[in-house]
Amino acid sequence: MIVDSAPAFDVREYLRLEMMPHFLCPGCGHGIALRALLWAVHELGMDKDKLAVVSGIGCAGRLSAYIDASTFHVTHGRPLAYATGLALARPDLHVVVITGDGDCLAIGGNHLIHACRRNLKLTCLMLNNEVYGMTGGQVSPTTSETRLTTTTPLGNAEPNFDACALAAAAGASFVGREVTHHVPKLKELIRAGLEHPGFAFVEVLTDCTEIFGRKNELGSSAEMVLRQKSELRPSAYRDEVDTPFRSNDMPTGILVKIERPEYGAAYRKAAAAQRASKAGANKGGA
Amino acid sequence: MNAVEQALAPKAALRLISGNHACALGAIAAGCRFFAGYPITPSSEVAERLSRLLPEVDGVFVQMEDEIASIAAAIGASMGGVKALTASSGPGFSLKQENLGYAAGAEIPCVIVNAMRGGPSTGMPTRPAQGDIMQSRWGSHGDYPILVLAPASVREIYDETIRAFALAETLRTPVVLLYDQVIAQLTETVDLADTQGRARAERTWASGPRAAYRPYAAGADGIPAMSRPGDGYRVHTTGLNHAENGFPTQNPQAVERNLGRLLTKFDKHREVIDSWQALSCDDAEVLIVAIGISARAATRAIGLARARGVRAGLFRPITLWPFPEKALREVAAKARAVLVPEMNAGQLSLEVERILGGKRVDAIHRYNGEPITPAEIAERAESLVSAAVAKGKSK
Repeated sequence: MIVDSAPAFDVREYLRLEMMPHFLCPGCGHGIALRALLWAVHELGMDKDKLAVVSGIGCAGRLSAYIDASTFHVTHGRPLAYATGLALARPDLHVVVITGDGDCLAIGGNHLIHACRRNLKLTCLMLNNEVYGMTGGQVSPTTSETRLTTTTPLGNAEPNFDACALAAAAGASFVGREVTHHVPKLKELIRAGLEHPGFAFVEVLTDCTEIFGRKNELGSSAEMVLRQKSELRPSAYRDEVDTPFRSNDMPTGILVKIERPEYGAAYRKAAAAQRASKAGANKGGA
Repeated sequence: MNAVEQALAPKAALRLISGNHACALGAIAAGCRFFAGYPITPSSEVAERLSRLLPEVDGVFVQMEDEIASIAAAIGASMGGVKALTASSGPGFSLKQENLGYAAGAEIPCVIVNAMRGGPSTGMPTRPAQGDIMQSRWGSHGDYPILVLAPASVREIYDETIRAFALAETLRTPVVLLYDQVIAQLTETVDLADTQGRARAERTWASGPRAAYRPYAAGADGIPAMSRPGDGYRVHTTGLNHAENGFPTQNPQAVERNLGRLLTKFDKHREVIDSWQALSCDDAEVLIVAIGISARAATRAIGLARARGVRAGLFRPITLWPFPEKALREVAAKARAVLVPEMNAGQLSLEVERILGGKRVDAIHRYNGEPITPAEIAERAESLVSAAVAKGKSK
């Protein structure tokens, strides 16, 4: 059994305690994801002054306000676009995006696929709770089929996105998924994403107990988290038939990790080469 | 000569360049080191020029996936402390309104070019219009302050681009550079050498201990000092209504206090904000009020009218929003008639009517993509004066 055994990690050192109590509902998994992120930040010894967190709108978007770093709570769906400008202009910073399934895959879907393609160094943490929680529980691009939401009273008839498959298809050089049940594993995944020298997409399945869970009679938070755990399986088991996990096409763990040129570095290198060649030409000629 | 000076050094004192090119050069001269854009006619040349110029001065150019992302990236760069620009035209400007409101509310400096073309919707991409006069002021939701500059020549685009950055940085606001397709793609001979000394201005950065810093607390000038990541202040920036500490609030007093400051923050700076040209206004019996290409036509119309004995004058707001109201009232006081030629169905004329309260305002409204000609303006000015004279006699 793995336990939270990093004695040096005190989450309070990374939180704006004056913002407590937080606004998350009882049982919400977002706080677990936030803790895992801060744990990874701690383990990597990242300088809080060099950490910039950009978040969108929704429950996930509100998390940035609790982090003791430079935090930017921007417009709905746009955190990756803001973060792209920030990270390109300030390569000395470590830019992390916190977004939700609606923010990232619906209104912000275009920014996601192009961030994956561009491969600028950013860590995108998408908290997937299958629902628009902040607005009261409407269907999202990741709501499972047949689920009830306030805008699918007959049960969701739309197929849902596999966000990791989408990110991988769009060219993300790092893709991973984890559930909140496995906090140390989640921390490890986020840490690997933070360390990745390119665009890292990390999906965290969280539970919206109060709204989504209640509407669909999914039980308590613990029951929802356990269900998520049992319905998913580590990517290592993906191709094995005989696993303790039922067949499911939503694997967890690191799903993609490839080396591709990081966009910001590539741009700066080309620009420096251009400046050097111009300077050389100026020296030689009139 | 360092890389910056090299990029800025005019190849010759006189250059034949387009308005969009002048905008790109003005941006570099102003210290802009980040551009994010999306291709759109008739502003693409701003992006194309900057894609070459920015790497030369260690800046960053990026073509984003859409118009929304372009302004978002520009604001993101500015949040990082770098002067940033984006450029577009009507359809793209519509898309930018969401984040323009964010920049206004969170007080993030940035400059947005809108090279106006025909509308509504896709309209006439290669044809001029001046249909975004109201959108540039009121395009985003809610109450917010905005600065809009309306240059009318290639040279003025260069100057106003530099001024746009100075205003954006010192007043912590988005600034819209509003010009029309004609001025954008017009090629004129300009002398940039004598503008090298134009005022370049920088933001006021936060200083002092972190514990004492309140990101939206302002002194008498109403402009809060800004911080950027890495400075050690670790503040929160949000599009939610916020208190002086930067954090969201719904406390009515706190909201009123911060929003109240925001909405009036230009009041104390009108001296540097307001800018206009008054041409032959001293003895004008007919006052023409116009911007951009319509103002260029009006300039010529003044000569035509005066040659026929009609004393016409031109009032041209260079800062369009906030409108230089006081100056307009002063020059309009003695005029018998006021004429607003504009390439839309009636926008500037509404504002002029409002400012001159009660005074009759006539207009030439054109929305077919053809600029209004000097002859049309002169003719109309003449008939307005004759009508006013006749009316005066009949009394």
